[in-house]
Amino acid sequence: MKASYGKLMMWIFLLSDAFTFGAFLTAYGLVRHRHQVYTGAADDFTFSTAYWPIPEKVFNAFPGFHGVDLPLAFVALMTMILILSSVTMVLAVEAGHRMDKNDVQKWLLWTILFGSMFIGCQAWEWSHFITGSEHGMKLPDGSTFHGANLAINEYGPVLFADLFFFITGFHGTHVFSGIVLLITMFISTVNGVFQRRGHYEMVEKVGLYWHFVDLVWVFVFTFFYLV
Amino acid sequence: MAAHSHNNYVEDENRVIPEPQTKGIWRVFIILCVITAIEFAFAFLMPSSSIRNWIFIILTLVKAFFIVGEFMHLKHETKSLIWTILVPTILLVWLVTALVTEGSYIGDVIFNYFK
Repeated sequence: MKASYGKLMMWIFLLSDAFTFGAFLTAYGLVRHRHQVYTGAADDFTFSTAYWPIPEKVFNAFPGFHGVDLPLAFVALMTMILILSSVTMVLAVEAGHRMDKNDVQKWLLWTILFGSMFIGCQAWEWSHFITGSEHGMKLPDGSTFHGANLAINEYGPVLFADLFFFITGFHGTHVFSGIVLLITMFISTVNGVFQRRGHYEMVEKVGLYWHFVDLVWVFVFTFFYLV
Repeated sequence: MAAHSHNNYVEDENRVIPEPQTKGIWRVFIILCVITAIEFAFAFLMPSSSIRNWIFIILTLVKAFFIVGEFMHLKHETKSLIWTILVPTILLVWLVTALVTEGSYIGDVIFNYFK
């Protein structure tokens, strides 16, 4: 097939991973279809368990701008960071083709940095989602519930938060694994392992995985935040 | 690549490292940024509708094409590898579409039956 065994196997693995995320998207589509759609004016929107929430109304916070309505601004930043990390990854692979050890190190470090920034942003997003808003949601027994867990959330139906946790959590786990792989690549590069071997194909394989993680985010972003 | 597994690469201190060729990479980066910006424009300027959802899905697929084709280099691989990846992926897209459509229908039928 004129493709090395390792690269071919990475592609096949990514294919199987695509099926996993395909299953998540299917579940998301079905669950969302089973819930009512909010039909009123967007300005009058309030959180209710009766219908699926509008994403712009849920994800409108930004660190350092407490109480300011900034719809999807933070997720835009996260998307940019991940696309940028993809670019620095290709630059590392490109440097590997030229056997330029210093450049590979430099771009791998940038990729690790952007990847870690993305994970940090996601941690903030999760903690904000779990903490919830100040007004919260009135429960039938008169008490107020803030934020979200797997059994109850103030934003909408139970399954909305469940799917948020599972889908972004599964993606975040992938990013974390990617960072671990990138760090091992960085250590091997610094030790000159690939330089002695005569090629940087290992960096290329990890690059394939990293781009796949970016690709999954492109889909998660569309179906969870935009649609 | 098995032939390379031995230390047959001689490190030459005076070796000239070729200049980086990064024009194409930054071009794809700009394309991805522009498409994301267009998606945000639609999200804020157009009221929610199924047409808007289709625009989002098409733009997502365009982004996926650039990430897989250029960043993952699939466009420049051998034909057999391209088809090995592409055929199951097309099957997957059909599978998700079919399951969501049929599942929504069956879900409605069961829901209305027990109502």
